[in-house]
Amino acid sequence: MLDNLIIFVLAAFVGFEVISKVPQTLHTPLMSGSNAISGITIVGALVVAGMVGGTWSKWLGFVALIAATVNVVGGFLVTDRMLQMFKAREQRAPAQAEKAEAATVS
Amino acid sequence: MKTTLIDLTYLIAAALFIFGLKRLQSPKTARAGNQLAAFGMLLAVVATLFLHKIVTPVEMIAGLVIGGAIGAVLARRVEMTAMPELVAAFNGFGGLASALVATAEVARYLIPENSGMALAALLPAVEQVPFDVVQAITIVLSVLIGLVTFSGSFVAFGKLGGYITGNPVIFPGMRLLTLLVALGSLVSMGFVVAGADAFPTVADPVVWGVVVLSGLSLVLGVLLVIPIGGADMPVVVSLLNSYSGLAAAATGFVLDNTALIVSGALVGASGLILTRIMCEAMNRSLLNVLLGGFGGEAGDG
Repeated sequence: MLDNLIIFVLAAFVGFEVISKVPQTLHTPLMSGSNAISGITIVGALVVAGMVGGTWSKWLGFVALIAATVNVVGGFLVTDRMLQMFKAREQRAPAQAEKAEAATVS
Repeated sequence: MKTTLIDLTYLIAAALFIFGLKRLQSPKTARAGNQLAAFGMLLAVVATLFLHKIVTPVEMIAGLVIGGAIGAVLARRVEMTAMPELVAAFNGFGGLASALVATAEVARYLIPENSGMALAALLPAVEQVPFDVVQAITIVLSVLIGLVTFSGSFVAFGKLGGYITGNPVIFPGMRLLTLLVALGSLVSMGFVVAGADAFPTVADPVVWGVVVLSGLSLVLGVLLVIPIGGADMPVVVSLLNSYSGLAAAATGFVLDNTALIVSGALVGASGLILTRIMCEAMNRSLLNVLLGGFGGEAGDG
């Protein structure tokens, strides 16, 4: 239990530090992406759904698994679509700027 | 050996989530960042399939296929303009899942006596830990945060999609009602925790405590989000996203699963920072947004 608490606090500190400057256009995709990550509860749903238990336990686990999978699969896919849109918009920008930006990244 | 491998895979997944979040903050690397995080999730899921002696593989695969299909169809078909509300809905599902996992954990102790003997032999030793106060606390937290996230997210979904009025919905005595519902939730949480030692021999306080808590949490989520104007919804969704991270972390404590604790804490904390950044971009304080409706400020929805 104490170990888990330590892990929780340290991971929270990482979470506080990992977000710094986000351009406004990326607010929604970042929110959507981290929402998909919070779908990690899919792991918990799998554990519960895969265990022996009473009927109630089984059904609750099953519904949890469906809900969590919707969150994970849908979350990552919709984030990807948002970012694709973003890229398409950029390509319409002057080719020169595009090239310069690409150069700085690679 | 096997558990070590699984834990190491969880560690890799957590690292991928951190890299992913980092990369999502720059336009050039954002898409790769999202894919990195998705790959991390795939690793975590595959590792988990090896975790327990799988007794119900059909149900597990069925759940993954059904959920995956629904998620994929929604994500593919949605109009570009409707994406924020879809994110809100997905977030709601995440909260719901966390709460359901915690409730399933309570229900697991309610195996009828006669089948209990046979089933006990199947369960790994780890899962036979007696129900205790600490476990009760983590379960009620998971249910409360998860269901507030669920109903709150769907109110946000309704407001963003225009199914509910974007204007703040306020009625006389609303603040008092919210306070009472919050108090009621605390009392029912107390019931569950107090009844933990006698559970599952005396099951009623815990079971009914969880049932009442579930109902009150759902109402609380609605009451907290409905007085906020539609224009502020993106900030609210971001905050609810942070909550769903915390709900996942609480579920991680319930199941003693490090993957959930690490990733949940990560999203909980980073979601809070992102919420603050979004507020700053709108020149508002978070408190200002959350009390927007109560302050009598008209929304522009």
